[in-house]
Amino acid sequence: MTRDQMTLLYTDVEEELRAAVRGLLADRCPPAAVLARVESEPYDLDLWKTLAGEIGVAGLLIPEELGGAGASASEAAVVLEELGRGVAPVPFLTSAVLATRALLPTRDALLGELAEGRRTAALAVPFAASPYRPERGASLSVDGAGRVSGSVTGVAGADVADVLLAPVDGDLYAVEGAVAGGSAVEAGAVEVVPSLDLTRPVAIVTFDRASARRVGSCDLSEVLRFGAGLLASEQLGVAEWCLDTTLAYVKERHQFARPVGSFQAIKHRLADLWLDVVRARAAARSAAGDSSAVTVAVAQSWNSAVAVHAAEEAVQLHGGIGMTWEHPVHLFLKRAKASEIALGTPGDHREALASLVDVPGPE
Amino acid sequence: MNEAEIKERVAAFLGEHDPSGDRLEFLRARFDAGLAWVWFPEGQGGLGAPRELQQVVERELAHTPQINGGIQGIGLGMAAPTILAFGTDEQKRRFLRPLWTGEEIWCQLFSEPGAGSDLATLATRAVRDGDEWVIDGQKVWTSGAHHSRWAILVTRTDPDVPKHRGMTYFICDMHAPGVEVRPLRQITGEAEFNEVFLTGVRLPDELRLGAVGDGWRVAQTTLMNERVAIGGAPARRGGGMVASVLDAWRERPELRSHDLHQRLLSLWVEAEVTRLSGARLREQLAAGQPGPEGSGMKLSFAKLNQALTGFDVEFRRDLGYDDWTFRRSENVDFYGRGPGYRYLRAKGNSIEGGTSEILRNIVSERVLGLPSEPRIDKDVPWKDLPR
Repeated sequence: MTRDQMTLLYTDVEEELRAAVRGLLADRCPPAAVLARVESEPYDLDLWKTLAGEIGVAGLLIPEELGGAGASASEAAVVLEELGRGVAPVPFLTSAVLATRALLPTRDALLGELAEGRRTAALAVPFAASPYRPERGASLSVDGAGRVSGSVTGVAGADVADVLLAPVDGDLYAVEGAVAGGSAVEAGAVEVVPSLDLTRPVAIVTFDRASARRVGSCDLSEVLRFGAGLLASEQLGVAEWCLDTTLAYVKERHQFARPVGSFQAIKHRLADLWLDVVRARAAARSAAGDSSAVTVAVAQSWNSAVAVHAAEEAVQLHGGIGMTWEHPVHLFLKRAKASEIALGTPGDHREALASLVDVPGPE
Repeated sequence: MNEAEIKERVAAFLGEHDPSGDRLEFLRARFDAGLAWVWFPEGQGGLGAPRELQQVVERELAHTPQINGGIQGIGLGMAAPTILAFGTDEQKRRFLRPLWTGEEIWCQLFSEPGAGSDLATLATRAVRDGDEWVIDGQKVWTSGAHHSRWAILVTRTDPDVPKHRGMTYFICDMHAPGVEVRPLRQITGEAEFNEVFLTGVRLPDELRLGAVGDGWRVAQTTLMNERVAIGGAPARRGGGMVASVLDAWRERPELRSHDLHQRLLSLWVEAEVTRLSGARLREQLAAGQPGPEGSGMKLSFAKLNQALTGFDVEFRRDLGYDDWTFRRSENVDFYGRGPGYRYLRAKGNSIEGGTSEILRNIVSERVLGLPSEPRIDKDVPWKDLPR
């Protein structure tokens, strides 16, 4: 699709894909089921197998000749909207978007395995790294024998990855057999730490002279920017769930002998939130169709804040129940707040816009 | 009718009428050729064609004499669609042509000192006297009343029924005895609007638009068209109100501060996502799937305009104001005036055409499905309402 034909609407194919993903999530991972598993085994790898294998989401961004579906970022974005709506604990963003995007220029055979969902990968990069400072939080090096050493904090999706992809000085290395909770002696160790986002926990990845295979070169900034653009669609999904769920609640919850949603103090807040979400949808679609630096920075700075605001409004407007562990809204608040930091904060993206759109700072 | 046929019509019309001749003659001929508003019926300035073909006509006739969308705004955007929907054949024949050519200017007599957001509570009385109606009352916020030939007017004809039912809609002759127009000075110093006093004004029954008692329904048609007219979005990134702020920002580096820089970047992003949702809305309309997003555009623009114009004044650190002179203004001139004027005039954006609070009610009730506040005025005769 050329720039001229670019649309901010959803195509029929995208709507079909959305319906398939939404149907599966409604059946297999409603918010209550996600809540029930977050403290024992957050990732739902059975669900991931079905999503990857049967619906085929893992290979969306991979060309057909490499074993994928040859779809565009717009389709992946629709999947992310739905996964955001469900705070679905599956490694789509980390494996099928970020790791896949890093591998694509190398055309490595691993892509075919990722596409089928037989294996899962993660980029050994802090989830909080931004396209503007991609190396922040990582200290990796490669010795003369091609072995990787060093550690990376705050890595998302690492504990369920079969392969870790370590970017070192512009090259990408694949490290296999890193063991969650294991020692760092043989290859790599992945230590999951208590994480703000219960549905996408982060881990410390440590390599101690881990044997690695050089896969090719890697433009990490570009990979993170692409991921940031699509993260805006996940954030849209999070915001949509928060708005819809809050609307349903205020229609049903009665105080002072009327639905609390009939008070203008509540209605006006929700009308404003809806306006923010409408604009987040336009921004997400724009970034899904065009991953240029300006579009991504706009979508990330807006949608990060809208997702957080929507989740905060949801907690507040649910009253006491919103503060309980029992109600799943906190999963969305935690996802929204962690996603605000992931791949660049709103402030990082606005700062980048200063030079991108010629709004220079003080001299 | 398709694009090619419309182009043929325009070419044939241009073959017969010289655009460099008399302006008014040309506009009258354009109306008679059905090229005024192509979606109107034949004989009433249109061809009964799909509305999107209008842009084809505008493109083809871009270099010919044009009507004045500013001063004719109320006539074109509000009176015309209402006359088209509710007017008699005679009314359409009499009023639409000079309305479109600009020979007759229109204004709107809706709001009253006691009836703003709650328009349906209005008190201007119309009492039948034979074949005539006698009008008494006061209207306010009437832009262009001083040069208007006609007005669209909503009155109370039956005080004994609940307020939404006892209204009747008229076309008011602004030259009739008893119509007095006084300029209403605004916070900008000028008078864009007027107060209109109606004292024993006699209107023939032929000037009634719609049935007696049906005025609320007729007025809804007018107001729906007003909100569509106000919610336009700039098509270009960095265009519209943000452009004038950015120009100043780039030209005056010595005035920049870190705090202003952070805020400007946030406003830039908000302007951009608002522009994108306007673009998305236009795509939805073109694809024949109009979404509820339209209801929110005016709200977004009001808030953004106010924030940007306030920012502009603060950034320039200029304690002056361009001109406080009390005079009538014909158009809202955001870009020809100084930042102080823009700041003050933008305050009206969240009041005119439905306050932002009323629009939030509309969004929350009609789009989000939230219940309305309990009403104490619905089933009470107008005359018994608490005042």
